[in-house]
Amino acid sequence: MKSMFRRAALVVGLPLALLTVPVAAAEPPIKVGVLHSLSGTMAISETTLKDTVLMLIEQQNAKGGLLGRQLEPVVVDPASDWPMFAERARQLLSQDKVDVVFGCWTSVSRKSVLPVFEELNGILFYPVQYEGEESSRNVFYTGAAPNQQAIPAVDYLRDELGVERWMLVGTDYVYPRTTNKILQAYLKSNGVAEGDVREVYTPFGHSDWQSIVADIKRFAAAGKKTGVISTVNGDANVPFYKELSNQGIAPEDIPVIAFSVGEEELSGLDAEPLVGHLAAWNYFMSVDTPRNDEFVESWLDYIDDDARVTNDPMEAHYIGFNMWAQAVEKAGTTETDAVIDALVGVAVPNLTGGYSAMMPNHHITKPVLIGEIQDDGQFQVVWRTPGLVLGDAWSDYLPESKQIIADWREPLRCGNYNVKTGSCSGQNVE
Amino acid sequence: MGYKCIRVATAAVLLILLILGPAAAVERPFGEILQALPSASYEAKATLIRELAETGHPRAVPVLRALSEGDLYVRKADQRVFIVRKGEGGYDLVDPLSGEPAGQAGRRDVKRIGINNTLRNVLAAQLASLSLAAPEAAVRRAAVAQMLGELDASLAATLRARLAEEPDRGVRGMIREALALVDLQAADEATRLAAVQTLHGSLTPEARVRLMALAADPEAGEALRTQARQAVASIDRWRSFYRLMETVFFGLSAGSVLLLAAIGLAITFGVMGVINMAHGEFLMLGAYTAYVLQQLLPGQVGLAVVLAVPAAFAVTGLVGVAIERGLIRHLYGRPLETLLLTFGLSLILQQAVRTIFSPLNRSVATPAWMSGAWQINPALALTYNRLAIILFALAVFLALLALLRFTRLGLQVRAVSQDRQMAQALGVRSEWVDALTFGLGAGIAGIGGVALSQLTNVGPNLGQAYIIDSFLVVVFGGVGNLWGTLVAALTLGLANKFLEPAAGAVLAKILVLVFIILFIQRRPRGLFPQRGRAAEA
Repeated sequence: MKSMFRRAALVVGLPLALLTVPVAAAEPPIKVGVLHSLSGTMAISETTLKDTVLMLIEQQNAKGGLLGRQLEPVVVDPASDWPMFAERARQLLSQDKVDVVFGCWTSVSRKSVLPVFEELNGILFYPVQYEGEESSRNVFYTGAAPNQQAIPAVDYLRDELGVERWMLVGTDYVYPRTTNKILQAYLKSNGVAEGDVREVYTPFGHSDWQSIVADIKRFAAAGKKTGVISTVNGDANVPFYKELSNQGIAPEDIPVIAFSVGEEELSGLDAEPLVGHLAAWNYFMSVDTPRNDEFVESWLDYIDDDARVTNDPMEAHYIGFNMWAQAVEKAGTTETDAVIDALVGVAVPNLTGGYSAMMPNHHITKPVLIGEIQDDGQFQVVWRTPGLVLGDAWSDYLPESKQIIADWREPLRCGNYNVKTGSCSGQNVE
Repeated sequence: MGYKCIRVATAAVLLILLILGPAAAVERPFGEILQALPSASYEAKATLIRELAETGHPRAVPVLRALSEGDLYVRKADQRVFIVRKGEGGYDLVDPLSGEPAGQAGRRDVKRIGINNTLRNVLAAQLASLSLAAPEAAVRRAAVAQMLGELDASLAATLRARLAEEPDRGVRGMIREALALVDLQAADEATRLAAVQTLHGSLTPEARVRLMALAADPEAGEALRTQARQAVASIDRWRSFYRLMETVFFGLSAGSVLLLAAIGLAITFGVMGVINMAHGEFLMLGAYTAYVLQQLLPGQVGLAVVLAVPAAFAVTGLVGVAIERGLIRHLYGRPLETLLLTFGLSLILQQAVRTIFSPLNRSVATPAWMSGAWQINPALALTYNRLAIILFALAVFLALLALLRFTRLGLQVRAVSQDRQMAQALGVRSEWVDALTFGLGAGIAGIGGVALSQLTNVGPNLGQAYIIDSFLVVVFGGVGNLWGTLVAALTLGLANKFLEPAAGAVLAKILVLVFIILFIQRRPRGLFPQRGRAAEA
C-alpha cells in the first residue's frame, strides 16, 4: 500500500518537477507568508492586515521586486483557532518554504506559533500592541510594547489631565492582566496609594456593563480626579461606552483611555457616545503627513472602498515590511540568518513623520500619540511624546523582569539575559 | 484725512468706554475674540473662551454651546467663524454674531475648531454661569450642578442673589447645597454648623467628600466634627439604600434581557420540545431587521426601532415557519437529529448574514428617548434604555401569555403539546399548529433580537452569545412553563448582579453556572416542573 503511494507520487511528481525546474532556476519568486485569520472571531481585525500585506507586496513588485526577484504572497487561514496557527505556520515554513511571515494578532496565537518559528528558523513580523515580557530571535515586534502605549498614556492622564485615581478595566486574558500588572507597579512607584487604584476584569464579549460603570462612578466620587484605563477588547467596547454615556459619565469628568480601540473598531459603530474619550496608539489615520496621505490614498485605492480606514497595526506592517525589504537588500539574500542579522539597526520612515528603527531586542522605536475620539470615528491628536520611544521587551517596572534585557547582537545573542546573574536563561519567553 | 477720522473715532470709542466703566476699557469686542479662536493654541483658547463669556454678549451662550458640541467651524477660504448645522449633502452656515443663516458650505470647505477635554471643562463652567438665569428649570439645575463644589467667592455671591429670585424648588435646594459647601469653609462656627445641617441629607458626592474632610479636620471644633460625622453616617445610610435599589434595577434589567432572549425558546423548546440550536440566529435576524429598517428610514431612528418590532416578528416568524415545514417536521421524535439539523442551520444563517452584510458588526443607533438616564437623585439614576427593555420584556411576556391563554390558536397549541392524538381526534390540524407554534417562537425571538440590538453589538455572532443563556433559563425555569421562564430569567439576572460587585463579573458568571448545575441535579425538571400527561410523554 505504502509503496503504491510512493510510486504514484513518483509518477505524478517527476514530470512536474522536471517542468518546474527550468522556470525556478531562472527567477524563483521570494515567498511572503501571510498568517492572519480570515474566518472566525478575529477575522474582523485580521483580514484588513492580510489585505495590507498584499497591497505592500503589490507595491514592491511594481517597483521591481527585491534583488531582481518578484514577491509572491502565500496566504493561509488559521481561522482564529490557536492550535491551527501553529499548524499553518509549520505549513508555511516547511511546505511552502516562505522567506518571511507577517501574521498573528492575539498574544495567544503568537505564543502558539513561537516554538514553530524557533524550531524551523523562520522570521515572523508581529504587528499588534502586546504585553511585552518576550523577545525571540525569530520574531520582530513592530507593535507597541507596554512602555510604548500604556506608560505614556498614564503619564498623559496624570500630567495633562491631573488624574490621581485609577480604574483599570480589562477583558480577562493575558494582555490586560500583564499590562495592568505593569501599570500597577508603575503607579505605585510614582507614589499612588493602594486605595487609589482598582482593577476590574470582565469575560470576553461582556455586554452588561451596568454594575461596573456604576462602580466607576462611585470610585470617582471620592473627591479626586479619576481616570479609566481600558484594555477592554473588541466587541465589548460598544456596550461599555454606551453604558458610560447613558449613566452620564462625560469624558471631561472621567476620561477613559483605551488601548484596543482604533479607527477600525470605531468604523462599525455610532461614535457619538464616545466623543472626547481617548486612545493611545503609535499612529492615527488623521495624522497629517505627506507619507500618511499617500498611504491612506493607496489603501483606499487598493481596497476600492472610500469608507475603509487605516489603523495602527496596519502602520506596524507597513514599517515591518519595509524593514524586511531593506534588510533583504542589505543582506543581498533572503536566507533567514543573514536577514535576521541585517534587520537589527535598519531604519525606515514611519507614517507619523519620522523614522522607526529596529533595535537589538527586536522591538522598534516609535512615537506615542494620544488622540481624542471624534464623532466621525477619527482621532484628533491631543498629545504626542516629544521623541521616539524605544520598545522595551522586558518591563522595567516588574520586579521579576527588571534585571532582564534582550540583545540579539554579538556577543550577547540572548532574548532573556539577566544582568544581575550574568546568565542567559535560554528561554525567550517568560 | 484717514488718520484724523480714525483718531476721532478712537477718541469717541474711548470716551464711551470710559463712561461704561474701567472693566470695559480692556475688553475686545465679541467678534474679534471669536475670530482669534481658530488659530489659537489650546491654552490660548481657554483664555479666549473666558473672555467670550465675560463680554456678556447675547450670542455668547449659543456660540460657546456650539463650540462645546463641535459645531463651531472656520471657513477655510476667508478664515471666518461660523456655527454649522449639518444638512443633507452639505453644511448650513449660521452667522455666530447675528444667528442669521449665512449660506452653505461643502464638507471640505470648512474646518472644525478643535477642543479637548480641558477646554470642555472650561466651556461647561462658563456655560453654567451664563445659564443661571435660563428660562428652563432643567437648564438652571444643570448649571448649578456643574458649579457644585467649584464655587469661588464671586460665583457664590451670584448664587446667593439668585436664591432669592429662583422660582423652582428643586433648583433652590441645589443652590442651598452649593452654598452650604462654600459655607463649610466659613470662618465662624455657626455658619459652618448650619452648613453641615443643610448637607445632612445631601447625596452629592462633593458633600460627602467635604464632610469627611471636616470630620477628620483637627482644627475644627468638637461639636462641628461630631455633627459632620453624623451627617456622613446618615449620607452613607441613604447611599447604601440607593445602592441596593440600583442593584435590584440592574438585576431586573439583566433578567429582562435574559427573558427576551429565552422567551422564544420557551415556545420552540419548552412547548414543542424541539432542541433548537438555531434559536440564537433568530435573535440575530431580528437585530438585523432593526438594522435594515434604520437603513431604509434614515434620520428616523426612533420610528425605525418601533417599526422593527412587528417587522422582526414577521421576518423571523416566516423563516421559522419555512424551517419547520421544510426541515424540522421530518425529524419529530428524533431529538439528536433535530439538534444536529438546527446546529447546521445556525451555521448557515450566520454565514448568510456574513455574506450579505459583511462580517463586521453593524451599528444600530439608539433613539434619543432611549439614551441617557432618569436621574432620581445624585445617588440613583435609572438608564432609559434599560428601563425601556424591562417594560418591553414584560409587555412581550404578558402578550404571549394572553395569546396562549385566550386565543383559539393558544388553545390549540396547548392542546397539541399536551396530547397530540386527542387534539387530532377533536379536529385540530396538528401539523398546521406545529408550524404556527414554531413560527410564533421564532417571531418572539426576533422581537427579542430588536431589543438586543439596542444593548449590544449587531453582528453574525450575536446569537452565539445568547444561546447558552437561553437554554439555561428555559431548563432552570422548567421546560414548558412560561411563568417558570419569567421567574428563572429574573432570578438569574438578580443573582448575577448581586454577586458581581463582590465577586467580579467573571467569577459571578461562574458562580451562577455552578448554582444551576447543582440545582438541576437536585431538581432535573427545573423550578416549575410540568405535571400531567405531557410531562411523562
